Amino acid sequence: MKSVLPILTVLMALVVLWYGATVLLNAQWTRDQAARAGVEVGFSEILRDTLSQTRPKLPAPHQVVAELWQSTWMEEVYGRRGIVQSGTLSNRSLIYHGWVTLSATMLGFAFGTGLGILLAVGIVHSKAMDLSVMPWAIASQTVPILAIAPMVIVVLASIGIKGLIPKAIIAAYLSFFPVLVGMVKGFRAPDAMQLDLLKTYNASRVGTFWRLRLPSSVPYLFASLKVGIAAALVGTIVGELPAGASAGLGARLLSGSYYGQTIQIWAALLAAATLAAGLVMIVGAVERVVLGRMGMRA
Amino acid sequence: MIWAWGALAFWLAATLVNGWLAQNHGRNRAVRLFIPALFGVTLLLIWEGMVRGLGVSPVILPPPSMIGSRIAESLPVLWVDFSQTILKGALSGYLIGCGAAVAVAVLIDRSPFLQRGLLPVGNFVAALPIVGIAPILVMWFGFDWQSKSAVVVVMVFFPVLVNMVAGLKATDVLQRDQMATWSASYWQGLAKMRFPAAMPFLFNGLKIATTLALIGAIVAEFFGSPTRGMGFRISTAVGQLDLPLVWAEIAVAALAGSAFYGLVALIEKGVTFWHPSQRGRA
Repeated sequence: MKSVLPILTVLMALVVLWYGATVLLNAQWTRDQAARAGVEVGFSEILRDTLSQTRPKLPAPHQVVAELWQSTWMEEVYGRRGIVQSGTLSNRSLIYHGWVTLSATMLGFAFGTGLGILLAVGIVHSKAMDLSVMPWAIASQTVPILAIAPMVIVVLASIGIKGLIPKAIIAAYLSFFPVLVGMVKGFRAPDAMQLDLLKTYNASRVGTFWRLRLPSSVPYLFASLKVGIAAALVGTIVGELPAGASAGLGARLLSGSYYGQTIQIWAALLAAATLAAGLVMIVGAVERVVLGRMGMRA
Repeated sequence: MIWAWGALAFWLAATLVNGWLAQNHGRNRAVRLFIPALFGVTLLLIWEGMVRGLGVSPVILPPPSMIGSRIAESLPVLWVDFSQTILKGALSGYLIGCGAAVAVAVLIDRSPFLQRGLLPVGNFVAALPIVGIAPILVMWFGFDWQSKSAVVVVMVFFPVLVNMVAGLKATDVLQRDQMATWSASYWQGLAKMRFPAAMPFLFNGLKIATTLALIGAIVAEFFGSPTRGMGFRISTAVGQLDLPLVWAEIAVAALAGSAFYGLVALIEKGVTFWHPSQRGRA
């Protein structure tokens, strides 16, 4: 708890910096407008104007928060297309776009985690797989796959695979690697003494796996799940970037950048950040419960 | 169909050879290089065989041979894109970002207060989808490589910062007392003891940052770029359904990414030769 004060201080400093940058970056526009109108502007006018422009270079924090509020609560509760009046989520609200992104992320994360665990089981039990798959799994991560994500989406769409699946594939590709590496480490975590003990019990390989390797890999699993879920979210957002996508936080980013709606971009960014933080926190909470039940962290 | 069956037969044969080699000669160094190489060749052959054998349209998935010939004939274009995206955008951003991160790490290392405040924030930011700021930075810095460089700076900053701060803490009390008994000043202690001790951690961050740098530079080009660059070429070639060119760019990106990573790993090997993880692999 003693770190609350420092964190708050740093956050406060960030907000102050943000406001300062807002004034600095937007002042040029204000001066240009004033010069065109032929009026002199004083410091207080610049200050007031820079913090409330409709298309600022850098929106002020309160503008972003207002946009977030506007496009979640206000849109859903009072909007004509909101869930209260029409029964479905409004396609102008960040809740809807966030949900689209979240569902693709979760699907991809599940795929990726499953694939990572299966490959790890194979690698631990077969020497040939260890030697042939592992170098390529590592090489696969030096490929900037995220950069070609939009292309994968377009190509898959051209053979008729649309919707959640293509985005989930990108998310899965990004999240399988941390899980694979973590689980290989985890399955190999039992030391020679423990393995020998199971051998004296005449345990089969399957028995050794279920009774020893799997339980001892759980802490590693959760460490890699946290990395994997953040990676899956990034993959999904980038997968939503191509022009074809009309829903999702990535699509909001792109349309915001096309139309110069900076406030919309920042609101979508903040929503994505909240989503990422929430997902990592959920994994952390599950980790605490599971490890506590297993008696690993009393 | 002969192609497809041939590829499958080769796959089976290669798997058996690999299994046998791993079982009987797994310790031999040449064999350890040969096994993944054979696996890679098998993957390419299956790809080629399946695409030809099943008559997949090159618009969906071109065979590797087609991509290879496309690389050979469009070398000038690829080189222009490579220098625009990787040399100008990614590399400059990587150097600035990593340099800034190391400098900030040394600065906040002196203040426990800042460390307690900045580290959780830094860890949090490192997990965020930072690529999202690409449209904003493109808006601020224009379409040319400067904006790509800025995206890369932001992307590599936090992973390197977090690792470097952890690295600067890696010395134990005994070692620091030893420096104190030699009456070493803060800067001497930093240069002679804590900096070298931080190197394994720093290189951990630097290696993660190589991939991030490439991703940042390429993705930023989707939000606007001059008429060259790998991201630009990928997005326009997809529009023209010129898939061989897209795959050629991907191959270049993959090669550049692996080479970049390998280079950093090589430097790491030279700098942290004393670390157990390096000594073990003689």
